[in-house]
Amino acid sequence: MTDAVLDISNLSVEFNSPGGAVHALRQVNLRVPRGEIVGVVGESGSGKSTLAMAVLGLLAQNATVTSGRIMLGGDDLLKLSPERMQGLRGTRIAMVFQDPMTSLNPVRSIGRQMVDILYRDRGLSHAQKLEKAAAALRRVGIPDAASQLSRYPFQSSGGMRQRIAIAMGLLPRPDLLIADEVTTALDVTLEAQILHLLRELRNDINGSILFISHNLGAIAEICDRVVVLYAGEVVEQGGITDIFDRPQHPYTKALIACDPARIAEASRSLPVIPGDVPDLRRVPTGCIFAPRCAEALDRCRTERPADVAVAEGHLARCHLVRGDAA
Amino acid sequence: MTLASAQRSEPGRIAGLVRWARRDPMGAMGLALVLLVVFCGVFGPWITPFDPYKINVPDKFQAPSLVHWMGTDNLGRDIFSRIIVGSRIALSVGMSTIGMALAIGLMLGLAAGYGPRWLDNILMLIFDSIYSFPTVILGLTVATLLGASITTLMLVVVVIQTPAYARLTRTATLTIKSSEYILAIESLGASKLRIILLHLLPNVIGPLLIVASMDIPSVVALEAGLTYLGMGIPPPAASWGRTLQEGYGVIRVAPWIVVAGGIPLIITTLGFTFLGESLRDNLDPKLRRFL
Repeated sequence: MTDAVLDISNLSVEFNSPGGAVHALRQVNLRVPRGEIVGVVGESGSGKSTLAMAVLGLLAQNATVTSGRIMLGGDDLLKLSPERMQGLRGTRIAMVFQDPMTSLNPVRSIGRQMVDILYRDRGLSHAQKLEKAAAALRRVGIPDAASQLSRYPFQSSGGMRQRIAIAMGLLPRPDLLIADEVTTALDVTLEAQILHLLRELRNDINGSILFISHNLGAIAEICDRVVVLYAGEVVEQGGITDIFDRPQHPYTKALIACDPARIAEASRSLPVIPGDVPDLRRVPTGCIFAPRCAEALDRCRTERPADVAVAEGHLARCHLVRGDAA
Repeated sequence: MTLASAQRSEPGRIAGLVRWARRDPMGAMGLALVLLVVFCGVFGPWITPFDPYKINVPDKFQAPSLVHWMGTDNLGRDIFSRIIVGSRIALSVGMSTIGMALAIGLMLGLAAGYGPRWLDNILMLIFDSIYSFPTVILGLTVATLLGASITTLMLVVVVIQTPAYARLTRTATLTIKSSEYILAIESLGASKLRIILLHLLPNVIGPLLIVASMDIPSVVALEAGLTYLGMGIPPPAASWGRTLQEGYGVIRVAPWIVVAGGIPLIITTLGFTFLGESLRDNLDPKLRRFL
């Protein structure tokens, strides 16, 4: 086992809703090795953001963690007091959000917001903190960083703001950066720039990134490992080439087949996965994907599949998969 | 070099003020009017042409003239002097109470909006109870129980105005606290107190300042109303409300008294409104025009 920055095992999260408990995440296992970028891919509502919030300890009030552990270094985050958890946010874990137009405070200058993050460093003078903030902006490729500090978020473009948001996330030099759909709100050119930037930063500071996205292209571009989330379960995970070249789970295969970027010829109809995401208030007894799966057997509808090791570090939660180990 | 910059800073600041006044004439006018009222409030007793309390019955009901700029009242007192002296009451009742109500309302509103649900429920219950009381009835009740005085009046105004600001703050806080940048700053480890003071407060204070600055004149009017009902500031205090009330009774004989009582109200209203709008614009970085 290599050194893992984040090690989630058997994590389940439920939301209380008027219509009954929503089982948003079920038995999620996930490891982020040091210095790697792990992608989390899934449709809307598959639990990607819930996963991020669970790691940060910022789940909504009506959410409860019903089982599992989230280990960051040697600490079980679920057992920490709120105060200690708050102490970890912005020092060892940080997050960058989807929409750079709303993730910065509109009435505080960029410099002030960045200096705010360093409030725990009592040893540094204000000028030193400003210098650190400027250095962080320079690192994400913002020209004229020192003068940017006195500007306000609305004076910058979307791509610039996302760079600033990333610079803010990296300012405390976290062990783990969670990037939640950071390129979704940007156009393709900017997306490429931001992805390039994230990869460079990973190499620079040897931190780990949990890269959440529904964009397979972006995942393929920068991730070392991929975790495929479907309706709150990790159906398959593995190295980037395992997942893209040898997908095992029918859902992963369908997902890759549906990626608009991979469709060879122009066609009027986009390929789709038939059916709908299951209602997470009543989780099916068998495999979560069985109702939509083209290859489903009777067994799939009654018996829950276990994680099957296809290869070293490549797991699929499916009855159809014959693993090396089996 | 430091010496040179120190010498330059004074004229620089004045030039900056002039530049601002040219760019924001309404704000400058508001500031001028407010400063005028404040000046009268502070130096009133020393700058009046006559003794505002001196009764001179033979000169009663004199129309405005070069001697008595705003005429005299039923006891022959110089109204202009009384108006100037009245600024102090207007300011202490208007500005200081609104200031207090604003400070308390902001704190309670932030607590209700950002704090736990039960605190929100309790505070809202209290705000709504106070809110549902008719203002004048509440004022009359308190004045009857505690006796009419400036302190009673100020207490009434603070009690009445605080829930209004608290509710406004709470609503704004609820909107802002669910915005992504608050979540973002939480994910970067900010404590609750930091979020409230550095991120919520600056975002909610702009509109509140406007509302509060526009409330100052209505508080002065409330003072006039309660005084009119005999439960405000007892005579012979020279409040604007008292001048209005006394003028109202003799409006056919001496209409200038009511006008004289109304003019300072207009000046105060306009001054604080313009200043409030200018302040709002300058607190919002998108609309900022100077600094």
